[in-house]
Amino acid sequence: MKPYRVNLMVCAGTGCVANHSFEIRKALENEIKKRGLEHEVQVVATGCNGFCAEGPLMVVQPDGIFYCRLTEKDIPFLVEEHFLKGRPVQKMMYVPGEAKTPVPKMSDIDFFKNQMLIALRNRGLIDPEKIDEAIGRGAYTALAKVLTSMTPDEVIQVIKASGLRGRGGGGFPTGVKWESCRKAKGEPRYVICNADEGDPGAFMDRSIIEGDPHAVLEGMLIGAFAVGSSEGYIYIRQEYPLARERLVIAINQAREYGLLGDDVFGTGFKFDVKMARGAGAFVCGESTALMASVEGRVGEPRAKYIHTVEHGLWNRPTCLNNVETWATVPVIISRGAEWFTSIGTGDVSESPWGGSKGTKVFSLTGKINNTGLVEVPMGITLREIIFSIGGGIPHGKKFKSVQTGGPSGGFLPAELLDLQVDYEQLTEAGSMMGSGGMVVMDEDNCMVDMAKYFLTFTQDESCGKCIPCREGTLRMMQILQKISEGKGTEEDLVLLEDLSHYVIDSSLCALGGSAPNPVLTSLRYFREEYETHVKEKKCPARVCRQLNVYTIDPDLCVTKGHGCGVCRAQCPEKAIVGEKNKAHTVVQDACKKCGVCFDVCKFGAVRIS
Amino acid sequence: MPKLKIEDLQKISEEVRRTTILREGAGRARVTVHMGTCGIAAGARKIMDALLKIIEEKNLKDIILTTSGCAGFCSREPMATVELSGEAPVKYVDLTEEKIRKIFVDHVLNGHIVADYALAIGSERTH
Repeated sequence: MKPYRVNLMVCAGTGCVANHSFEIRKALENEIKKRGLEHEVQVVATGCNGFCAEGPLMVVQPDGIFYCRLTEKDIPFLVEEHFLKGRPVQKMMYVPGEAKTPVPKMSDIDFFKNQMLIALRNRGLIDPEKIDEAIGRGAYTALAKVLTSMTPDEVIQVIKASGLRGRGGGGFPTGVKWESCRKAKGEPRYVICNADEGDPGAFMDRSIIEGDPHAVLEGMLIGAFAVGSSEGYIYIRQEYPLARERLVIAINQAREYGLLGDDVFGTGFKFDVKMARGAGAFVCGESTALMASVEGRVGEPRAKYIHTVEHGLWNRPTCLNNVETWATVPVIISRGAEWFTSIGTGDVSESPWGGSKGTKVFSLTGKINNTGLVEVPMGITLREIIFSIGGGIPHGKKFKSVQTGGPSGGFLPAELLDLQVDYEQLTEAGSMMGSGGMVVMDEDNCMVDMAKYFLTFTQDESCGKCIPCREGTLRMMQILQKISEGKGTEEDLVLLEDLSHYVIDSSLCALGGSAPNPVLTSLRYFREEYETHVKEKKCPARVCRQLNVYTIDPDLCVTKGHGCGVCRAQCPEKAIVGEKNKAHTVVQDACKKCGVCFDVCKFGAVRIS
Repeated sequence: MPKLKIEDLQKISEEVRRTTILREGAGRARVTVHMGTCGIAAGARKIMDALLKIIEEKNLKDIILTTSGCAGFCSREPMATVELSGEAPVKYVDLTEEKIRKIFVDHVLNGHIVADYALAIGSERTH
C-alpha cells in the first residue's frame, strides 16, 4: 500500500451532504488527480463532524487544519495552495464570532475543544463504510474481551457498576435492564436498537449511525451475549436514508468477517441482526409501540406494568436500548466501569440511580451560533454548552430559554443557565434529558407560541389510543390558540395547568405523559408572558400577530421610503392606503394582521405596537 | 473474505495503522518538506518523492510526512524539518535525495541529528 501523506476528512453527514459535500469530494478527487497527487493525498468521506453550522466541512490530517463553508469553485485553489505548495488557505478557515483572525486547527476551536467524545469517539476519523478503519480504532476488541474472558453476569455487573443509563429518554439504568432480561423466562430472547429518533431538531442517533455504525453493532453484540440473545432488530426510520445505507454496509461487512452470524470469532456465540424500517411515527420511539410496529401491527403503545424485558417482542424477553446507549457500551467494557464513573455527577456505587455518569450527545439547534452535534460530560452547565461550545446567541440578541429533551421537554429560563445537566436536575427543573435535543430561544421568541408549536407536534403525533392524550392535548392546543389570539381569560390559565396535570397523570405512555411539559414549564417560568397575553392582549415578543397593531410611521415612510408603496402593493387585504412620495397608513378595521407590511418594509417604517 | 479470529483484529489494526496514526496526528516523528515556490524550484518535489519512497520501502507506519510553505530562507532550499516526538525540531538545508535518505535513517529512525546538514535546532518564535 502506498503511503498517503495527507488525508482529507470530508464530512458526509446528512447536513453537509445537503450542502453538497459529495460534489466537493468529487471536485477534490478530480483536482488532486489533475495535479498528480492521487498517490499522496487521500480523500475520505466521514460521518458527521458535528459543526453543522459551518458545513460543508473538511479536516486536513495529520495537521488538523479545519476548513469550512467550502464551495466547489474553491477547490482548485485550495488543492494548489495547500496540498501542492503546503500553504494552508486562511480564507476557508473558521473565524469565530466577532474575531478577525481565523483559527486554523480544529483542536483550537472552542466548539471542539470543550467536548468529550465517548459515543462519538470515531467522529471524523474513519470512513464509516470501511470496517477495517473502525477496527484500526479499536472496534470489536471489547466484544473479543467479552467473548473470551467474561461471563454474561460479569458483563452485566460492569454495565451496572458503570452507572450507564438509557440515552433515549427514560434514563433507566442499562445494567438493571439487562439483568432483568437475562433473568426473564422464555426463548428466544431479543435485543433491539431503537433508531427511531423522532424529535424535531434532534439528530444524535442518526449521526452516530452515519459516522460509526460498527459501534452500535458491537454494543448490540455485547448486550446480546449478556442477556442470552441470538437475534436482534434495528428499528430505524425511513427518513434516514444515509444512516440506513451505511448500516446495511456495516452489517454486510460484519457478516463477511464473521462478527455477525453463527460462530462469532469462532467462539460458538451466535448473533445476527435484522433491520426494521419505521414509517416516521413519533410514537414508535416508545418501546412497546416500536415492538408492535416490528411485529407488523399498528404502532400503538400498551400499558407498561407488563415489562418488555419479560414480555416484549412477540411476547418474549426483550432488551431494548437506543443507539447512543449501544454505542457507549463497548467503551465501558474496554476501559472499565471505574473510568466511566469518574465522569459525571452523583454516586452510583450504591445504586445505579444515584447519579448520571459518562457523557451525553446533544444536538444544538435554534437561536444559537454553532448549530451542531456535541458530546459533553454529564454535569456540565447549560451555560457552558450554550455559550462556550455553542458560541452564544446570534446577532447579539438576548438568551431567553432553552428546551432540553425534545418536543416534550420543558423550557428552562436564563436563571437556570447554571443548572448542571444530569437526569435528576433536569427533571427537577420540570424538563428532562430526553434523547438530547436542545433548542435555544432568544428574546424574539414568544413562549406561548413556542408551547403551542411543540404541543402541535405532540398532539399531531398522538396515536389516539388513550383519551387523555388524544383529547387532552387537543383541548390544551385550543386554549393556547385562544390565548395567542387575545381571547384568553385568566380562568384559561388555571384550566390549562389543571389539564396538563390530568394528561400527565392519566396518559398510557410517555408521549402523553410528557407532552404538557412545554406548557407547564412556560407557565412556571414565563407566567408573566401568558398574563400579558391574557390581561393586556399583547404579545411582548410580537410573535402572536393577532395581538399586534400595525401602524406606519409617516415621517420615516416619506423621508426614507419616499412612500414607495411596496406595503400597499403587498397587502392582501388592501388595508393600506397612500400615494407615492406621501405617507401611507393602515386602515385598522380592514387589517387582518398578517404582518406582510412589516416584513416587506425596507425602511423600518411599519411599527408594531 | 475469511471469518475473523480474535488475533486478526490486531493484524487488521496493524495494516491500517499508518492511516490511523496519520488521522490522529500522533506519529513518533514528523518530517516537513518546505514546498514554497522557491522550494519547489530548488527540487523539493524530489525530496518529497524520496521520502515517500523510503516510507513505502520500509513499510513505516508511524512517520508523518507533511508540507509547509516557504521557510523564509530561500537560498538554502530545498529544506526539511524533522521533529521527533517530544524533541525540538531540526531544520536541514541544501538537501539532495542522498542527504535526505541519510537524515531519514540517522535522525528519524535512529535519533541521531545529522549535524553536517543541519541549519539550526528549534523553530522561530511566533510571538
